[in-house]
Amino acid sequence: MKHEVVSNSNAEIVRLENAHKIYQMGTQDVNALAGITLSFTRGSFWAIMGPSGSGKSTMMNILGCLDHLTSGRYILEGQDVSTLDDDSLSELRLRKFGFIFQSFNLIAQLTVQRNIELPLYYLGWDGGRSAERARVLAQKIGLEERLKHRPAELSGGQMQRVAIARALANDPQIIFADEPTGNLDTTTGEQILQLLVELNELGKTIIMVTHESYIAAHAKHRLYMLDGLVERIDGDD
Amino acid sequence: MHQIKIVRNILLGIENLLLHKLRSLLTTLGIVFGVGSVVAMLSVGEGASKEALDSIRKLGSNNIIINAIKSIDDEAASTTRTRMSIYGLTYKDHVRVVETFKTIRQAAPVKLIRKEGRLRERALELRVVGTTPSWFELVQRPVIAGRVLLPSDENDRVPVAVLTEFGARRLLATENTIGQPLRIGGDYFEVVGIVKSESGQASNIQIPDQEVDAYIPISVARTYFGDVISRRTAGTREREMVELHQMIVQVNSTEDVEPTAKGIENMLKRFHKKKDYHISVPLALLRQAEATKRTFNIVLGSIAGISLLVGGIGIMNIMLASVTERTQEIGVRRAIGAKRRQIISQFLIETVVLSIIGGLIGIGMGVLVPSLITYFAGMPTVITLESIVLPLVISFGVGIIFGLYPAVRAAKVDPIVALRHE
Repeated sequence: MKHEVVSNSNAEIVRLENAHKIYQMGTQDVNALAGITLSFTRGSFWAIMGPSGSGKSTMMNILGCLDHLTSGRYILEGQDVSTLDDDSLSELRLRKFGFIFQSFNLIAQLTVQRNIELPLYYLGWDGGRSAERARVLAQKIGLEERLKHRPAELSGGQMQRVAIARALANDPQIIFADEPTGNLDTTTGEQILQLLVELNELGKTIIMVTHESYIAAHAKHRLYMLDGLVERIDGDD
Repeated sequence: MHQIKIVRNILLGIENLLLHKLRSLLTTLGIVFGVGSVVAMLSVGEGASKEALDSIRKLGSNNIIINAIKSIDDEAASTTRTRMSIYGLTYKDHVRVVETFKTIRQAAPVKLIRKEGRLRERALELRVVGTTPSWFELVQRPVIAGRVLLPSDENDRVPVAVLTEFGARRLLATENTIGQPLRIGGDYFEVVGIVKSESGQASNIQIPDQEVDAYIPISVARTYFGDVISRRTAGTREREMVELHQMIVQVNSTEDVEPTAKGIENMLKRFHKKKDYHISVPLALLRQAEATKRTFNIVLGSIAGISLLVGGIGIMNIMLASVTERTQEIGVRRAIGAKRRQIISQFLIETVVLSIIGGLIGIGMGVLVPSLITYFAGMPTVITLESIVLPLVISFGVGIIFGLYPAVRAAKVDPIVALRHE
């Protein structure tokens, strides 16, 4: 297959096999994913691109275990996760994934510290250990002074950095970034992307959805989608 | 570990509620008033019934009290001049009752004479009570000084008198000592003892003792004062012959009270042509008071239940709004890896914490209101442990019941949709 990234099974982290996702819109069926087969290696940095309605958001939701396939298989680290129940998928997200969103999605009433601690709370960490981890992460993103602030008191770039710290709290295998710079100005966006690049260099697999090619340029590989199918793939290596 | 987690969840719930202090307070107001009214009503009801029950118990729940009454025929007859009306219980009645019923432990006959008592220059209108030593066992009043009547006083017709605390204060004044000569009518009695007295009304039954009582042996009363009392009122002369004014009967056990009372009634019916007696059974009144209390509690309970229902619906309403408002938060939590039941418990804990806080405020209010009622209206109120624990349990229950639906709604939020929620 021309579009498949060839990889050995050890390095492979996610694989879709003939993945279909069909939504019902009124009486019409929409093929958001129309039979996709692909594979990403561990430590890669992918940008998923495509116009609105091309299925890139659906792809992200499927890969992020936020949604089920209609048919086909999704293999995550060698395990078939396409038939798992809601609780098991929650557990997977909790232990393996970190999410970064366009609108940051920090919880407004919680302080920066509490926001960063959120995954640890669900992992059952005790208060002291969580606080220490939050402090270390805040230091990494340069917001140590803001731990007691609420999101509303931060700038957009700072909020996204907090979101990244939160996404890193559980030491995830894969970081999903959905238009991470969409609500930021170019300079701040650039800083955020730089942060993602650094994380990738530290070994994290990053899957980013964007429709801007200059943003996608930061990724090592780009996957172009159209009408629920992979249109083409390019990569730096 | 698990307990720590629950405590942490509760703390987080409180923290979250504190972010919207005013809204939380308004939300829980229904519970505050619901619980407050439960506590207040329970304590007022408890106070009212306790007062009634206490005074009935003062009469003795194993006692039967038979009073002499002037029948209506007699009342009419007495308008004719100088006719003597004969009514009431007789000495024979007393003997017969005591001998017939094996269930009777003891019985005190009571003969009442209104006479002025004098001790040197002091005087007091007394109610002279001719009775036996049993009286003091049936109407248990603490002895303040000296002794009560003895069987020997009765048998030897010793002219002795026992005064009440009140009488002693009036007649003996500062010389608060026994052994003084008390003149009743034309005769002298030695004051041998002083007892405490209770006065007042217990439901419909006059309690047996009064403050102006002077107790003397019934044998002495009979010989000194006789059975005929004459009274001059507005030109007519009224004469009454009453042997005994009252009989207090104590039975062995509570089960014997009603059958014995029935038996006494049947017996008296046979020997009295007119119904010139009245039998009161404190136990029956006790039962009646308890039944009234039960009814009262049911009515109060229903009212309180309705107010708590309204309070619960109020909480549910706000929590549903809160779920809608926090859709994005729920989505983030779900995306991060929170399971459905963790979302359920988060919202449920918030609702329960809210309703318990409401319950606590309500209890505070419910405790305050009765003391104000007692202070301003003089009504007795009693706050029992039950009247505090019960509303607390109820508010917990309200939190669970009315929090469950919003919590389940929250858990059903689809993270994909929620994250697009702007």
